[in-house]
Amino acid sequence: MSAVLEVSGLVKRFGGLVATDHVTLDVQAGEIHALIGPNGAGKSTLINQLSGEIAPDAGTIRLLGRDVTHEPAHARVRLGLGRTFQVTSLLDECTVSESVALAVQAHAGGNLKLWDRAANRTPVRTRTEALLAGTALEPRAAMRAADLSHGERKQLELVMALALEPKLMLLDEPMAGLGHVESGEMIEVLRGLRARAGVLLVEHDMDAVFALADRISVLVYGQIVASGSVEEIRENPEVRAAYLGGEDELC
Amino acid sequence: MRQPVAILLALVVLAVLPTLAAWAGSPATVPLATRILIYGIAAASLNFALGYGGMISFGHAAFFGIGGYVVAILFTHWFNEAPIFGLIPGTNQLLITLPLAIVVSGLFAAAIGALSLRTGGVQFIMITLAFAQMLFFLFVSLKAYGGEDGLSMRRPDAFLGLNLRDRPTMYYLTLVITVLFFAGLRRLVRSSFGTVLDGIRQNERRMEALGIATYRHKLFAFILSGMGVGMAGALMANAMRYVSPDMMHWSRSGELMIMVILGGTGTLLGPLYGAAALLLLETWLAGWTEHWSLGEGLVLLAVVMFSRGGLIALLRRRT
Ligand SMILES: Nc1ncnc2c1ncn2[C@@H]1O[C@H](COP(=O)(O)OP(=O)(O)OP(=O)(O)O)[C@@H](O)[C@H]1O
Ligand SMILES: [Mg+2]
Repeated sequence: MSAVLEVSGLVKRFGGLVATDHVTLDVQAGEIHALIGPNGAGKSTLINQLSGEIAPDAGTIRLLGRDVTHEPAHARVRLGLGRTFQVTSLLDECTVSESVALAVQAHAGGNLKLWDRAANRTPVRTRTEALLAGTALEPRAAMRAADLSHGERKQLELVMALALEPKLMLLDEPMAGLGHVESGEMIEVLRGLRARAGVLLVEHDMDAVFALADRISVLVYGQIVASGSVEEIRENPEVRAAYLGGEDELC
Repeated sequence: MRQPVAILLALVVLAVLPTLAAWAGSPATVPLATRILIYGIAAASLNFALGYGGMISFGHAAFFGIGGYVVAILFTHWFNEAPIFGLIPGTNQLLITLPLAIVVSGLFAAAIGALSLRTGGVQFIMITLAFAQMLFFLFVSLKAYGGEDGLSMRRPDAFLGLNLRDRPTMYYLTLVITVLFFAGLRRLVRSSFGTVLDGIRQNERRMEALGIATYRHKLFAFILSGMGVGMAGALMANAMRYVSPDMMHWSRSGELMIMVILGGTGTLLGPLYGAAALLLLETWLAGWTEHWSLGEGLVLLAVVMFSRGGLIALLRRRT
C-alpha cells in the first residue's frame, strides 16, 4: 500500500479559534479512512484545506507523494484529487448529462479549443453515457440540475467527481439528507470506489461509517483525539465520551 | 426551422437596404445601418464577457477607443509620412490596420483583465471602469493625437481598391464582417472553451473542483471580448473617419451595456437587436424633441421591467 494523502502538522486559525489543530493523518490507496466528529469540529475546514480552497497557516499536505500545500485547487484536481461538497455545488442550468459531460471534458483536456463543437466530442459523450449507465441518475439525464431532488444532487456531485478518475476522493457528508434507499445505494457506490481510489470520508451516519471504513479518525475541536480500526474506535472510552454520547448504544 | 428562415429573410433585407434607401430617398439610412452593425459587433463582444462569462465589465469602451485610435494613428503617420517614434511607418491598408487594432486591443484587454479579474463583484465593475477612465484621460492629454478634439482621417483606409468613402460600399464591407463575426461567435460559444466558460459563469467553485484554472479561462475570454470590441472600434474609425476620447468615455461603456441588456444578455443576436433598438430610438427621438434622452430612459425602463431577458425574449414570445 502507498499513501495517496499525507497530512502533517496542519494548522488553521480563524481569529482566536483553532479550527485545525496540528492535524496529522494519511489515506492509503484502496482505503476508506473515515473522519468523524461533532458539529463544528473542523471537518469541512480540513477538507477545504486539502482541496485547496483554504490556505493552512502551518503544516504540509502531500498528494501522491508531492507537496501540494501551496498549489491551487485546480492543480490538485489535475494531480488526482476529487471531491464533493457538504452543501452541493452544481451547475444549476445544466442538465445531468451536460454536467457530467463537462466534468468528463474538463478531465479529458482541450478546454481552450475555440473552434471545435463541444457537443460533438464523441469520446466525451461515450464516457458520459458510461458513467451514467446503471445509476439512479440515468433516467434523469435530460433534467436540469436545479430540478433534481436533494439525493439526486448528491449523487450527481459524486458522478462528476468520479468522471475525474481521482486517486484521492474527499467526501464531505455524502449521506446527509439521503433517504434509506438512497443511502444504501450510496454505500454500494462508495464500496466500489475503494478499488480505484483512496477515500477520506467525512460522515455523521455511523451505520455508513461502520459499514465502509477501514480506519476511523475522530476530530474534536480541530484535534485528532483518536484514530484506529472500526473496533478500536467503537471501544474507545474517550471517543464514546467526547463524541458518541457516553454510555449510549452506538449508531 | 423558423429561426433560420427569419435570419435568411433579415439578411436579404440587409443586402438590399442601400437600394431600398436610395429608392425611398433616405440615404442617411445607410450610415445609420452601418453604425448599428458596428455597435452590434461591439455589444456582442462585450456580451461574450458579460453574458457568457459573467464578467460585468464597465470599461469595454476602452477597447473600442483603442481599436479606433490604432487605425487613426497609423493613418495619420502614413499621411504625414512620419514614422511613429521615427521607426514604425504608418499605413492606410485595412488588411494591416484592422488585424493590428484587434491585436492591440487584445493586449490592453490582457493587461486590464489580468489585474481586474483578481477581484470580483462590484469591485470588478469599478476597477474596469477606472482603467477605462484612465485611458480616456490619457488620450485627452495626448495633444500629438488631437487631445480631446480627437483625430480626423482625410480618407478611410484602403481595402482591395474599394472606395470605402462611398457609404453603401462601407456598409457592405461592414455587413460582410458582421456576418462572419456572428458566425464565428456562434461557433465560439459552442466550442469546448465556450462550454467551460458557461460553467464558470454558473459556478466558479464547481469548475475549480473539476480541475479548471478558472482565472486563466476568464482572462482568455476577457481578451477575446476586448479584441472583438477593438475590431468594432477600428471599423467605426473608418466609417466616421474620426476618432476621439469620447469613444472610451464611461457613458459609452454604459451604452454598450444597455445594448446587451436591452437585447438579451447571454444570447447570440440579442446585442445586435439591442444596438439597433437603441440607435433607432435615439435617431427617432432626436428628430422629435431635444429632451430625447428622457424618452430613451423611459423606453429602456419599460423594456427592462416588462420583458425579462430583453428584446430577444419579447421576440421569442411573439413567435
Ligand atoms: N471562514 C470561517 N471563518 C471563521 N470561522 C469559521 C470559518 N469556517 C468555519 N469556521 C468555524 O470553524 C469551526 C469548524 O467549522 P467546520 O465547518 O469545519 O465544522 P464541521 O466539522 O464541518 O461541522 P459540521 O459537522 O457542522 O459540518 C466552526 O466553529 C466554524 O464556525
Ligand atoms: Mg462540515
